[in-house]
Amino acid sequence: MTNVLEVTGLTTTFSRNERAFKVVDNLCLQVKRGESVGIVGESGCGKSVASLSMMRLLSKNGSIAGRIQLNGADLLRYSEKEMQKIRGKEIAMIFQEPMTSLNPVLTIGKQLSEGLEKHEGMNRVQSRQRVLELLTQVGISRANEIYHEYPHRLSGGMRQRVMIAMAIACHPKLLIADEPTTALDVTIQAQILDVMKKIQRELGMSLIMITHDLGVVAETCDRVLVMYAGQVIEAADVRTLLRSPKHPYTMGLIKSTPHNAKGQKRLHSIAGSVPAPDHYPKGCRFAPRCEKVMPVCLEQNPPLLDVDQQSECRCWLYRENRESTAVNG
Amino acid sequence: MKTPLLQVKNLNKKFLVGKGWFQQPSYVHAVHGVNVTVNAGETLGIVGESGCGKSTLGRCILRLIEPTDGEIVFEGQNIRSLQKADMQKLRRDMQMVFQNPFDTLNPKLTIQHILSEPLIAHGIPKRERAAMIEETLEIVGLNKSHLSRYAHEFSGGQRQRIGIARALMLRPKLIIADEPVSALDVSIQSQILNLLQDLQEQFSLTYLFISHDLSVVEHIADRVAVMYLGEVIELAKKEELFQRPMHPYTQTLLSAIPITDPDEKKERIILTGDLPSPSNPPQGCKFHPRCWACMDVCKTETPPFTEADGRLVACHLYTK
Repeated sequence: MTNVLEVTGLTTTFSRNERAFKVVDNLCLQVKRGESVGIVGESGCGKSVASLSMMRLLSKNGSIAGRIQLNGADLLRYSEKEMQKIRGKEIAMIFQEPMTSLNPVLTIGKQLSEGLEKHEGMNRVQSRQRVLELLTQVGISRANEIYHEYPHRLSGGMRQRVMIAMAIACHPKLLIADEPTTALDVTIQAQILDVMKKIQRELGMSLIMITHDLGVVAETCDRVLVMYAGQVIEAADVRTLLRSPKHPYTMGLIKSTPHNAKGQKRLHSIAGSVPAPDHYPKGCRFAPRCEKVMPVCLEQNPPLLDVDQQSECRCWLYRENRESTAVNG
Repeated sequence: MKTPLLQVKNLNKKFLVGKGWFQQPSYVHAVHGVNVTVNAGETLGIVGESGCGKSTLGRCILRLIEPTDGEIVFEGQNIRSLQKADMQKLRRDMQMVFQNPFDTLNPKLTIQHILSEPLIAHGIPKRERAAMIEETLEIVGLNKSHLSRYAHEFSGGQRQRIGIARALMLRPKLIIADEPVSALDVSIQSQILNLLQDLQEQFSLTYLFISHDLSVVEHIADRVAVMYLGEVIELAKKEELFQRPMHPYTQTLLSAIPITDPDEKKERIILTGDLPSPSNPPQGCKFHPRCWACMDVCKTETPPFTEADGRLVACHLYTK
């Protein structure tokens, strides 16, 4: 299968008061056609900034280095004008809070037609027809009425459906969903994930799912990257990651979800909190919170090592693997 | 040793939402005839989706919002008839921890100041205050050096610790915790949940734990009440509720939790439609338009909240 998206060495730096903060550090990611890749991490780990970088939607003080190839073409070489033709048509994005991403003074119909008229050159009648189809596709039953409604009249779940309809309007090759269900209740979350999976199957679209919820990842993704303090610390297919996590952080994360603590009185917890980008420790960024910390961890930040066929992990615990592969290779 | 610390009897809260010259006033019935008992030393979890009235219920119990009618009995005393000053005194025994530690700590005050406020309000002499603050701060896992700092200098988890310290300052008997871990990351969430459990043991606290997150409630609660559109629709011991939910809504809620085990496949019940507007709830059982087990009787008659199989549930499936 071919890669729809290939990100190599993506580094996003924000500068403030003449100081630079690397918020995303050397991110590499491949997404195949029809595949779903999850990016998991806690707040401040850089997962949202990574996705905004891929869309080139950063504010002025952010700069991007590396390569972002969409079907072989490097997005970082495009001008802003050319980028506008890509966004919505080739890559689309869904955000966490549907209320702030919909325009409150335009009707749903108007907002959904905009992209169709711009990217596909449809006229009013054609776009209306297509919008109604889209609304039905995302499971809105009263499409005719909703077409004329304003966003504030809809519930959170409905708004998120509208956002999905908007995102898939021009058949994008890749959909980036940034915490699409975090603001929703569990029953509504189940509905939305169901719709997303259905649509992804129908359109053969690739998906990047950004979330802090391992449960959502288990439901929707094929492969997962775990991010911590701006770096990918573990990458594996979803089964391997959840069944046999390699990095102490991933292990801790899985153990500290209350669902996995059935019958235990106390929850497992990771001491301390995520460091800020201007206070990253010298060695491994997780070392100050790690249970298995060794002297080398405080000195040197480990590279992403191949643990076995299935997973890569940024941890000195797996150093022997690298040495043995070095000897063999 | 099951003595009820708090009894809520038939509690109602209506909010006025629309009123005009020629218009009938319209109300949102946020809490509708709720009956719950919280025993001393236990944790009662209250779960439900947004808009189900769980936060309003918590606030009504402390009379931060005045209930429309019903009784709240705390240690044998109906606190709804208390005067404002007496209520103020009683709040020493009933405290609250809020969801968002970013909004509930005054950004202009130091931690020292924030934590001394409850002591001042309840007339603790000045010379005793400093020692009490330091002691409590250490109990929640912070230390003296934090006292002169402001709220913005702390991380989310630390702020929630400060929120808990503030509630704990006067050594209350009951703590109402309204979504105390919802704004926190998973690794921090487990720290705070462990802290709450430790405090419960140390000070024999009673918790009313309000959350939308079923797995958190499953971990911390002894008994769980499920709310839907202002009503408690099921109340049971945690083990019973999670292993054998009776109400169709509870079954749906449980099946909707995404689980991290890739091999644990389960039947997912996906509801159609959204939560109806609480200002215009459906007739009969409020859940019937979304219920897959809906019968004719559900559309017209409100099911009573009664005992079935030794548990409390409001559903026509279990009424004879």
